[in-house]
Amino acid sequence: MASHPGRLSPAVVRIEDLVRSFDGRRVLDGLRLTIHDGEFVALLGRSGSGKSTLLRALARLDHDVRGDGLLTAPDNVSVVFQDARLLPWKRLLENVVLGLDTPDAQERGRAALAEVGLAGRERAWPVELSGGEQQRVSLARSLVREPRLLLADEPFGALDALTRIRMHALLRTLCARHRPAVLLVTHDVDEAIALADRVVVLEEGRIAADLTVDLPGAHRTGGPDHARLRARLLAHLGVDLTGHEPDGGSGDETADGPRGEYEPAHERVRDTEEIPA
Amino acid sequence: MSVDVPARSAVASPPALTKDRPLTRPRPSRATGRRRLGPGRPVRYGWAVGPVLLFALWAAGSAAGLLDPRALPAPWTVAATAGDLIADGRLQNHLLTSARRALLGLLFGVAAGVLLALVSGLSRVGEALVDGPVQIKRAIPSLALIPLLILWFGIGESMKVITIALGVFVPVYIHTHNGLRAIDNRYVELAETVRLGRTAFVRQVVLPGALPGFLLGMRFAVTAAWLALAVVEQVNATSGIGYMMELARTYGQTDVILVGLVVYGLLGLVSDGLVRLVERRTLTWRRTLAG
Repeated sequence: MASHPGRLSPAVVRIEDLVRSFDGRRVLDGLRLTIHDGEFVALLGRSGSGKSTLLRALARLDHDVRGDGLLTAPDNVSVVFQDARLLPWKRLLENVVLGLDTPDAQERGRAALAEVGLAGRERAWPVELSGGEQQRVSLARSLVREPRLLLADEPFGALDALTRIRMHALLRTLCARHRPAVLLVTHDVDEAIALADRVVVLEEGRIAADLTVDLPGAHRTGGPDHARLRARLLAHLGVDLTGHEPDGGSGDETADGPRGEYEPAHERVRDTEEIPA
Repeated sequence: MSVDVPARSAVASPPALTKDRPLTRPRPSRATGRRRLGPGRPVRYGWAVGPVLLFALWAAGSAAGLLDPRALPAPWTVAATAGDLIADGRLQNHLLTSARRALLGLLFGVAAGVLLALVSGLSRVGEALVDGPVQIKRAIPSLALIPLLILWFGIGESMKVITIALGVFVPVYIHTHNGLRAIDNRYVELAETVRLGRTAFVRQVVLPGALPGFLLGMRFAVTAAWLALAVVEQVNATSGIGYMMELARTYGQTDVILVGLVVYGLLGLVSDGLVRLVERRTLTWRRTLAG
């Protein structure tokens, strides 16, 4: 990613004391989160931690959900779902420009398809595409609207490992070019580190950790800093690497702080500290 | 591995069991692989085998004099009768009358079915008003309404067309309504996130999504139209294929009755083929991979 946006860039999303309940259970419980212009934030959390609820609240898809709190998000929001969610009865170009009624919509749609490497496939039907290609169309559909905020709900979760790596590279390129603020929901720690400027961990309806990823590109997939960050995030998600890894390497990774902080956080750590480079 | 070995030998070692071994030795020739459980490769022109065989039996039975011509005349007698009926123009006239009734009934029935399906599929209030009565209507066989319809509309053309329309609208309504209701909620969410308006949502998401259901309903509707036609033409009519057959019954002309049956059969096949053609044309997005 390009340079990490400082705290001075304007906030795109501001959430304060957000509460969302289903059947009396508080899925989001006093959540606070600010996302700045052009910032790429990954949202990690165990299943049931409220990730999707938060994303749906931001996308304004949570009709009939009881809730409270302050939430400001731009009007111009695009969503990438886990499934590509293309309308099977529309050709690719029609899918990309769905709901876009500017005079240059077709032209922009073509350009967006070209950007995701699908130039010339405008008239193909979605069933003719592989899962990865369909998800690329869905990216094109989101970015053709030039959103200020891009919400992605485990967009690569259904793809095979190789396709996923290619999609990571594509998403980084596209985001660097269009500069939307991004909230990427994922359960994959490596994906979060590889893509995001900042990783927040959601636990029991609140932000339990908020870490800045300050790794240069090559170190996003390996190296000691990466391993340290990975171990910390995994610890927040309730995976203790020290107990199960027989080789000494991962033992080191958590040795830079008091043990208690990395236990599944019952005391809610709200740390905004930087990872030492 | 080291854990597995003793366990396995404990099970397999009793000498009595090893005696049975010869059963598993390879069988000669035919058993090259595992037996196939599926029905196997399709037979070429397989669909024609049964009908052709049946026809051959009919022809052979007639030629050998095994079939009483008063019960079942020979195929060539039927063909000759059809030729005569066409030559003096009677078959065409009856066919035209029948086709007109069926088409009109189909037209009104499909229009009513689609309209009601849209009303009840697109709004909860509409569903509350429309769906119940239609389900009640569905429980009553359309043909059981004929006595009432005769009292209301007489024995003329309108009664016949209305009977056919009543038989047609139910399957069209059921399948179209089902198609509308079955629109995936994920597409509704998508439409919201790309901010489609109500009209655009109906036009671009709901209607195309319900099209397969509507076309399935059409196939049932066409069948229902011919069924209702056959019945109303034998109840009270002075023209039409059914009238021709009913008249032939009073004179014991089995061959004319058979001509009528063949015509009904052809009409059914052709109209179903037409609907399927429309299906192939409009649902290309589903068929591209199937070829």
